[in-house]
Amino acid sequence: MSRHIKAIVITGNGTNCEMETAHACRLAGFDTIDIVHISELLTGTKRLDDYDFLNLPGGFLDGDDLGSAKAGANRLLHARVSGDGERLFDQLLRFIAAGKLIIGICNGFQLLVKLGVLPGLNGIYDRQRVTLTFNDSGRFEDRWVYLRGNEKSPCVFTRGIAGVYLPVRHGEGKFMTDDTAILDAMKAKNLIALQYSDATHSGATMDYPANPNGSTDAIAGICNETGRIFGLMPHPEAYLHRTNHPRWTREELPEEGMGLLLFRNAAAFLKSGEF
Amino acid sequence: MLNRIEIGFKEGLRDAHGEKIKERIIGHLHIPVDSVRTFEIYTIDGDLDKDELEKAVGGPLSDPVIQNFAINRSLASAFDWLIEVGFRPGVTDNVGKTAGEAIAVLTGKQARVYTSRQYAIGTGPLPSLSRSDAERIATELLANDLIQRYTIYPGAGWDPGAGITPFIPKVTGNAKIRTAEIDLNVSDSELIQISQERLLALTLEEMRIIQRHLQDEGFLAERRTFGLSAKITDVELECLAQTWSEHCKHKIFNAKIQYDDNSGRVREIDSLFASCIKASTSEIRRRMGENDWCLSVFTDNAGIIRFNDAWSLVFKVETHNSPSALDPYGGALTGIVGVNRDPFGAGRGAKLIFNTDVFCFAPPAYEKPLPARILHPRRIYEGVREGVEHGGNKSGIPTINGCIVFDERYLGKPLVYCGTGGIMPAVIQGEASHLKTILPGDIIVMTGGRIGKDGIHGATFSSEELHEGSPVTAVQIGDPITQKKMTDFLLVARDRGLYRAITDNGAGGLSSSVGETAGLSGGCELDLAKAPLKYPGLDPWEILISESQERMTLAVSPENIDAFLALAKLMDVEATALGRYTDSGWFHVRYGEKTVALIELPFLHDGLPQMELRASWTAPVHPEADFPVPEDLGDELKKMLSRLNICSKESVVRQYDHEVQGGSVVKPLTGVCNDGPSDAAVIRPLLDSFEGIVVSNGICPRYSDIDAGAMAAAAIDEAVRNAIATGASLDMLAGLDNFCWCDPVQTERNPDGDYKLAQLIRANEALYDLTIAYGVPCISGKDSMKNDYQIGSIRISVPPTLLFSTIGKIGDVRRVVTMDFKKSGDIVYILGKTYRELGGSEYYALHGTIGNTVPLVRPETAKILYQRLSRAIQEGLVASCHDCSDGGLGVAVAECAFAGGLGAEIDLAMVPAEGIVWDDELMFSESQSRFIATIRPENRARFENILGDSACAVIGTVSDNERLTIRGAKGEVVAGEKLSLLKEAWQKPLAF
Repeated sequence: MSRHIKAIVITGNGTNCEMETAHACRLAGFDTIDIVHISELLTGTKRLDDYDFLNLPGGFLDGDDLGSAKAGANRLLHARVSGDGERLFDQLLRFIAAGKLIIGICNGFQLLVKLGVLPGLNGIYDRQRVTLTFNDSGRFEDRWVYLRGNEKSPCVFTRGIAGVYLPVRHGEGKFMTDDTAILDAMKAKNLIALQYSDATHSGATMDYPANPNGSTDAIAGICNETGRIFGLMPHPEAYLHRTNHPRWTREELPEEGMGLLLFRNAAAFLKSGEF
Repeated sequence: MLNRIEIGFKEGLRDAHGEKIKERIIGHLHIPVDSVRTFEIYTIDGDLDKDELEKAVGGPLSDPVIQNFAINRSLASAFDWLIEVGFRPGVTDNVGKTAGEAIAVLTGKQARVYTSRQYAIGTGPLPSLSRSDAERIATELLANDLIQRYTIYPGAGWDPGAGITPFIPKVTGNAKIRTAEIDLNVSDSELIQISQERLLALTLEEMRIIQRHLQDEGFLAERRTFGLSAKITDVELECLAQTWSEHCKHKIFNAKIQYDDNSGRVREIDSLFASCIKASTSEIRRRMGENDWCLSVFTDNAGIIRFNDAWSLVFKVETHNSPSALDPYGGALTGIVGVNRDPFGAGRGAKLIFNTDVFCFAPPAYEKPLPARILHPRRIYEGVREGVEHGGNKSGIPTINGCIVFDERYLGKPLVYCGTGGIMPAVIQGEASHLKTILPGDIIVMTGGRIGKDGIHGATFSSEELHEGSPVTAVQIGDPITQKKMTDFLLVARDRGLYRAITDNGAGGLSSSVGETAGLSGGCELDLAKAPLKYPGLDPWEILISESQERMTLAVSPENIDAFLALAKLMDVEATALGRYTDSGWFHVRYGEKTVALIELPFLHDGLPQMELRASWTAPVHPEADFPVPEDLGDELKKMLSRLNICSKESVVRQYDHEVQGGSVVKPLTGVCNDGPSDAAVIRPLLDSFEGIVVSNGICPRYSDIDAGAMAAAAIDEAVRNAIATGASLDMLAGLDNFCWCDPVQTERNPDGDYKLAQLIRANEALYDLTIAYGVPCISGKDSMKNDYQIGSIRISVPPTLLFSTIGKIGDVRRVVTMDFKKSGDIVYILGKTYRELGGSEYYALHGTIGNTVPLVRPETAKILYQRLSRAIQEGLVASCHDCSDGGLGVAVAECAFAGGLGAEIDLAMVPAEGIVWDDELMFSESQSRFIATIRPENRARFENILGDSACAVIGTVSDNERLTIRGAKGEVVAGEKLSLLKEAWQKPLAF
């Protein structure tokens, strides 16, 4: 009998993709999927320690009022869990140390980056070294993009994915860093797991709108060195069925949406001996 | 202690916002500038030491990778002019609020934070700017004087080290809270003066009714027992004015009308609402009998219908026109988050699953001088667009479709229609979710945001034309995140059965929400002193009628109140008990122990006599079209595709999240390049099911120039055929009517009021006829009757406009179709007959004429066609389907072709037509109830068999050739255009 695997999807304070993210976990084969309000974590009613897969879904934490996910990161870093007095962030560090899986999608990716969890070079998870900022267009945009997977990446989520087609829906998705050494290290370690590409998924692109935000090196998604923490701007949970595809009425498509692959990879990893 | 923080991008990094502003300064104001850099300013009022301040600024307030900050000095340097824009006192500052919360999490200390933004404008090698240029940039682009203040600093002699003295727009309230008494035993002229001075919008007759009511001895005796005199309190007077406003009471729609319909006799109409709208719905429901799927119509905040055994659908569309005229961003943001609360406050409360928005603006390139107090249409367009973007996207509700209509007469007041749908379990805690009950003894709870002076007099203000004295306080700015937190909390509370009833605080604030729900129990006792305020200093009447956003009112039974308040606290949402529902028959309001209002509920709700009006109809006569048939119809087609009312709205659509919640099936943009115009939206609200919802809109105000009846019929037909084209069926399609009219009450200043009321009658009678013919019941609606502007001698009135929206059920979303041509070799059909109906058309408008032959709906034949087409789509026989609307079949075929990236050869001689003389008429007539459909050759026989005797003909074939070729009635090519050029013409006018 395979392991019972448990996913937690965090919501509250402006998160808004929790339903479809939970649905993706369900379709991918997770045995328990809990949508948990951040207040339940802060009151100690729920604990990260009880789960294997942490989902940080899209949305607008605190309205992104101080820059995307900034206020959310501040809360996660400093707010304490009532009762035992530890920081919620301490639970998160323990979750990472246990080798469990984390995905941050859109606002969740912004959160991981602003916390410093990603790229998390050398296992330092609390210092922000890169950022996701305003699109070059200066606009929020909803459009579908072609993405190219990096087969050499340690990323657990993108295993076997050469290319994928997903929607982006953000105003602050441009990946940047002020330190080329960071970028070099990310490249050397193949932490750039997904890049915006042309329609054949063959090469990364800096051309708008295929690269919708002007991201450095066309970066759409990155992982940490263990490949177990992954953040991406596109929304895999928005393409779970062929009727989500913008051209499903004119193209022959498999029943299952391509976004589900990422969640299936997470479930397979957790059920495998690797975990 | 004040500290001023400035944050800007590091040297050499792109400032996308600054670049956008630069483009607008050059493009819109025609002022040459070289660079614009922006800086965020936080002025912090709180007891933070240097270390805490640095932690806050280096932590949540700035991004260390890309930003620099400065404390109590300036970052900006090397500019010509520096413009700083901040809010006026009391205006909602969402960013400031979030910053204050972040500082509290970080330091444990409370601080108030006020934000502003700086724009450093440089000219580089260009000629330097004068102060008046800087003033223009500030007033015409950066700041809205109504809600914002600005300061301009010259670059010459600037010392960044000196910094700018911190300033905060703190509200200074009344030192003393008071309730005024007003003597209404005064002359008529004084009554009018009281109404005008207090912005009550009450007429003399209405003031007299209140005056007489205060002479009733029994009532006065009752008042005395509560310590009230024969004088009315300001709380009571303001409450009555809100409740009796046109906005809340729909006096015109309920009026008794003597109608001269130009047939030689005068008819009496007893309430258009009752005789046309409600009457049609009850007749349709009667005919549906046991299959009636309407659950709650016209009684609640939104209409409720059955989705399936387990779930019910809720839908409402509203307008927010007047506030959007004054502050487009705040007005529209409040419009969308405001209408969200209607389905949320219907029945037991619904989860919100889609938004749909329709805007009517003056053309953005408007170049004539602007009348006083009117913002440039471009600012309105951009402000409204952005307000709805923030309201919709941040709430996590997909904006699944919408449209934008342009006409110069929307210069005085834009129309901002915002619609929201929701879904709720049919049964919650064992009770039908669409019903509302409140028992005496239930506790009145207000939850969500706090009360401030924002939005005072919103209801009365929107019941008037826009005038010189229109109040600043009527403008509010919504806060989608506070609302999202509140709705997250209330959905949990709902499913745990922690409240009995819910309603929203919109127009009229607590006065309306408590006043209306008190009718369910038979009375209430409310203590305004308990209400949480944004800042001290509000008088009781202000607390009662404030329209501060993000608030719901609930009835909570005493046994659940502790659990309800505890859950609110846990989820970080404010909730406060303000009193109790009673069965006393009184709307009783206290401030602490002191009674400040005592109004009998029947008087509050039914004290107003029916308004009596006159209407008279004379059909207008316009000159007939008198221009030669253009030689090159291909060129005409491109001009048509570039018309503002036809061209692509992609630049707006892309900025709205249309697929959050994961159930997107038909998106607003479709086709081979994801950029063709869809007819209707389809979503799956339940991700584990293929049952879907279709949503569509119809709006065609130009036809009102000829006949508002034809306008209404066409709007209804357009909404219905958009839904049908996508795969809906008439079996389960519901409508929402939303009337935006120019003042239909005749006065000296409004000399053609009788005609405008006749237009309203014709529109309503058309609505009655058509909804019955199609079996599409209205389940909710709204009207806005004073869409006029009058300052001095300038009067601008909107064209009578009906937005008709539909919501329907799709049994299996895998059956729906989109409008793009699919495959070379597919057969192109036109369905429905083409008449010589170009009156009020886009084609005539292109040629500067109106004409008289307005398109008419022929519901008997249309209904049969719709039923047959639905069946053909159900059976999978239709490859693509697009409705013919603005610009007729020419525009529709072009759209299908370039959306599919496939050409076509079209033969106009084959089009079933009547009375048509010229090819351009065939191409651009706007006859209703028509579609362009494509069918795979192998499905032809089955398709034609289903279509039977409905007007329908093969007019061409889809080809690989990337050209659209159209042959005229005589067989010669009248238009031959490359698809890329057609598409370019369609995309260019409103491109990013």
